[in-house]
Amino acid sequence: MKPFDYQRARDLETAAEAAQAGGRIIAGGTNLLDLMKLQVMTPERLVDITRIPGLDRIESDGPGLRIGALVRNSDLSADMRIRTGYPVLARALLAGASGQIRNKATTGGNLLQRTRCPYFYDPAMACNKREPGAGCAAIGGVSRMLAILGTSEACRAAHPSDMAVALRALEAEVETRRADGATRRLGLDALYRLPGERPDLETTLEPGEIITAVLLPAPLPGATQSYRKIRDRASYAFALVSVAAVVRMEDARIATASLAFGGIGARPWKDPEVDAMLSGQSPSAELFVRAADRLLAQAETDEGNDFKREMTRRALIAVMREATGLAPASTGTDKAEVPA
Amino acid sequence: MSEAFKMDEAQPRLLDETGQGLIGEPLDRPEGRLKVTGQARYSAEYAPERMVHGVLVRATITRGRVTGFDDSAAQALPGYLGLFHGPRFIRNPAQGMADEAPCQPGESIDYHGQPVALVVAESFETARDAAARIVVHYDEAPGAPVAPDTGEIEENEKRKSVQGDLEAAMAGAAAVVDAEYTTAGHAAAAMEPHAAIAEWRDGRLLMHGSLQMIRFNKNELADALGVSPEAVRILAPYVGGGFGSKLGISSEHVSAALAARALERPVRVVMSRQTVFDAVLRRTETWQRLRLGADKDGRLTAIGHEDRVSNLEGEGFAEPVSAATRFLYSAPNRLIRQHISRNHRTPSGSVRAPGEAVGMFALETAMDELAEKLGLDPVELRLRNIPERHPVTGQAYTARALAESLREGAKRFGWDQRPETGSRREGEWLIGMGMAGAGRSNMLVPSAARVTLSRDGALVETDMTDIGTGSYAILGQIAGEMLGLPIDKVAVHLADSDLPGASGSGGSFGASSSGSSVFLAARKIREILAQRLGCKPEELKVSGGEVSGGGTRAKLADLLPEPISAEAKIEKGKTAESHFSAGFGAHFVEVAVSEVSGEIRVRRMLGVFGIGRVLNEKTARSQAVGGMVWGVGSALHEELGHDPRTGHIVTRDLANYHIPAHADIPRDMEVVFLPERDDQANPIQSKGIGELGISGSGAAVINAVHNATGLRLRHFPATPDKVLAGWADGR
Repeated sequence: MKPFDYQRARDLETAAEAAQAGGRIIAGGTNLLDLMKLQVMTPERLVDITRIPGLDRIESDGPGLRIGALVRNSDLSADMRIRTGYPVLARALLAGASGQIRNKATTGGNLLQRTRCPYFYDPAMACNKREPGAGCAAIGGVSRMLAILGTSEACRAAHPSDMAVALRALEAEVETRRADGATRRLGLDALYRLPGERPDLETTLEPGEIITAVLLPAPLPGATQSYRKIRDRASYAFALVSVAAVVRMEDARIATASLAFGGIGARPWKDPEVDAMLSGQSPSAELFVRAADRLLAQAETDEGNDFKREMTRRALIAVMREATGLAPASTGTDKAEVPA
Repeated sequence: MSEAFKMDEAQPRLLDETGQGLIGEPLDRPEGRLKVTGQARYSAEYAPERMVHGVLVRATITRGRVTGFDDSAAQALPGYLGLFHGPRFIRNPAQGMADEAPCQPGESIDYHGQPVALVVAESFETARDAAARIVVHYDEAPGAPVAPDTGEIEENEKRKSVQGDLEAAMAGAAAVVDAEYTTAGHAAAAMEPHAAIAEWRDGRLLMHGSLQMIRFNKNELADALGVSPEAVRILAPYVGGGFGSKLGISSEHVSAALAARALERPVRVVMSRQTVFDAVLRRTETWQRLRLGADKDGRLTAIGHEDRVSNLEGEGFAEPVSAATRFLYSAPNRLIRQHISRNHRTPSGSVRAPGEAVGMFALETAMDELAEKLGLDPVELRLRNIPERHPVTGQAYTARALAESLREGAKRFGWDQRPETGSRREGEWLIGMGMAGAGRSNMLVPSAARVTLSRDGALVETDMTDIGTGSYAILGQIAGEMLGLPIDKVAVHLADSDLPGASGSGGSFGASSSGSSVFLAARKIREILAQRLGCKPEELKVSGGEVSGGGTRAKLADLLPEPISAEAKIEKGKTAESHFSAGFGAHFVEVAVSEVSGEIRVRRMLGVFGIGRVLNEKTARSQAVGGMVWGVGSALHEELGHDPRTGHIVTRDLANYHIPAHADIPRDMEVVFLPERDDQANPIQSKGIGELGISGSGAAVINAVHNATGLRLRHFPATPDKVLAGWADGR
């Protein structure tokens, strides 16, 4: 680990100034500290935002909720408003990491965690994300945990978050504060970049811009929500494939469907065309197969991760069967209970 | 006084007569409280004055030579003390019981991740930063074979065993199985990373080292450093798990000792988790072909077990994959062969139950398949094939609870409720039950101990280690039982190389071997007490501070004007030639398999074992449960991923190398020890347990998956994708 300066920010303004000057924001540190020990990330200065007041609250935001960037993953998953109105989020949170890590990890930090690609974690291996232009040792390497959608010739890394997958299905937005003090709201599709030729640039956040909150829209009345995560062991493993679904039925038809996927995408994955082709249709196995085909049409796999096609297909079909009532709901599927 | 004892004949079952009530009892570990309150000091947890910190530098090519080091970027760091390398550096850890230095390769590099130098600095953080700044110059020899099916493949002649005519027997059999299997490489993944603190005092090395076998390690370290064994003292009172990975000295010990000598300061070297994966001996991946043939009554006529393992050229170890196949079942026609692929992965060595842990996947899942083909219950098939004598050596078996374990296990588990294949379902979950036999050879390894009895109690001294297994507990119980003392009057001092040399912890032989030496030393003390009292030793009773026998009686304190000290050393003798001793048992498992995802969940496990005398029911049970958990891990989770180009281990942390999490292990996990005494094994009639729990448990999981799904999975670990692939293939 390289020596670094540590600064505790009193407020967002000083944090933003320090970040703009090259400081790296730290909150729970569950990912950043590991990367610093491996010298994958070598910030000169850490800016600790955990003492900034007001960022650790879950508040009403009109009909929706505003989740402060410093709300701990464990607190968020336990909050009754989340569990009843946004069960897919509670389940996704509990499917991630371990109890100890969730106690430290924050909402904003979870969104900005780095990939777990093992080649990114090993400074002896070429990695464009770590060192632009260096090449990608993951291509042709052990690819089990790599993405199959949204990848590029420069990078095959998958985004590891469970929480962000649920947030995409819920069509959440993030609220940020720019260095100049202006705030903006952006969807997760606008927050995350695809790797392209510059996989080191992972988000559209500007220097000094800080995520202050996640904004959840009003819960969809009567919608069924589900988070299904398939992994190599029952707990404490990143997703091979995960599916988050928010589905509302009307007169035996799918009124709206919002699906998002983890473990397969360069970012928490959502395909609006998949949602569109499901909405308005009668649920059927055939429809779900076509949705899976659509989702995977652009997938690029190799021998080590080709199984993700079939696994994704099965996960999507199973989740949709349960969400639409074609199959009995199993553990992991809830109806959002929306207060009147 | 010292007694040298050879196990030439069965000994009286004295521990059944002494009546103190300690032996076998589920007593707490005496050091347990120290461990859970953080007071037990592990190897890295000392801070001698002026101590400095070392971090190992690894090779980042697979094969070639180091032509130079450039540490100019490190020189800029305040507190940087230097770079150490040279001809005494070792390539990889010593294999178990090597008793001499492992390969000292000079500038040669044989695998990606090989430690090539040590950086030392005033602080750990500076050392780690400096290590990242070292530039190593190489002369690379590209194209090193790293896949197990490439490179030079040689036959291991000493594993070859041929009886009868396998091919002819297979051709004439009523039912046959002929299948290929693969198992992934494994890491021991001990919780405590490998650690050393080296300090030279007046020309003698004091080494705090996380090690399993002090008697051997002392000689290995002395040889590596070029000093006499008397100049080396090793202390390892607490070891946070070994599982074979700490059998021999490794780079942290040698490099710390070299740097400490040069700097004249104590040096601490703790491997990072990544370095543990890079540079500690792994369990080899295996390829196996298993052939079974049986007559229509289910009597085996043919057993063939061929395997291929891998290791670096020059490493003498080859995973004994067919170990259990040699002695578990009878068949007149037998063929056992092994090939070794010489590749340039991290070298392989002993990881918990070397051989059985992977070989029994093939043997015991093939038995399941054969039973199905014969229309026979898998338990019954095994019962019909229990040999009278060791099929290869012709030795008599010692106590062998295989049949009893199979029957008792079937009864307790509700085996008669086993569903028809693929017939039981709970929602999307397919439910099945499976079983397997268990066998793991039992050994007696030379071991010495000293016991001193004084008016204050007893002291047990030996260089035996406790790697989390319960050595402190059982050695105290044996001494207390023999000398009529309550457990709190027995002190146990372990893992100091200045103490009498023990077997060390490995191969499940530690408890029996070191326990026997303590028993013999205590028996010697009993003889002296009997002499002082004036009775025959076999009449002697010691309890509650009183000694009696032959009609006389005395206070124990009165017979101890001065302490009595006795040392004993045991080694195997004639019984090891006339008899074959092994632990036996049976595993029963219930699983659920998701027909959506292919995920496998273990719902129930039962292990029934005959392990001779149980020395401490609690620590023995922990060993058995631990082994069964390892079985689950190797069946479903554990897999070293090797880069296909460099061979290096890509899964080099515990997020990527999956050992079972709590959620993978069922709460309903039962262990039953059958009452047994193994009279030919050793004077305390006990056997090893630590590795028996793994042997066959993974196969029972996989057999349960077959019962649930109808799939025959032959490539392990059986991760969800392999289940889905099985369905896609219509298997």
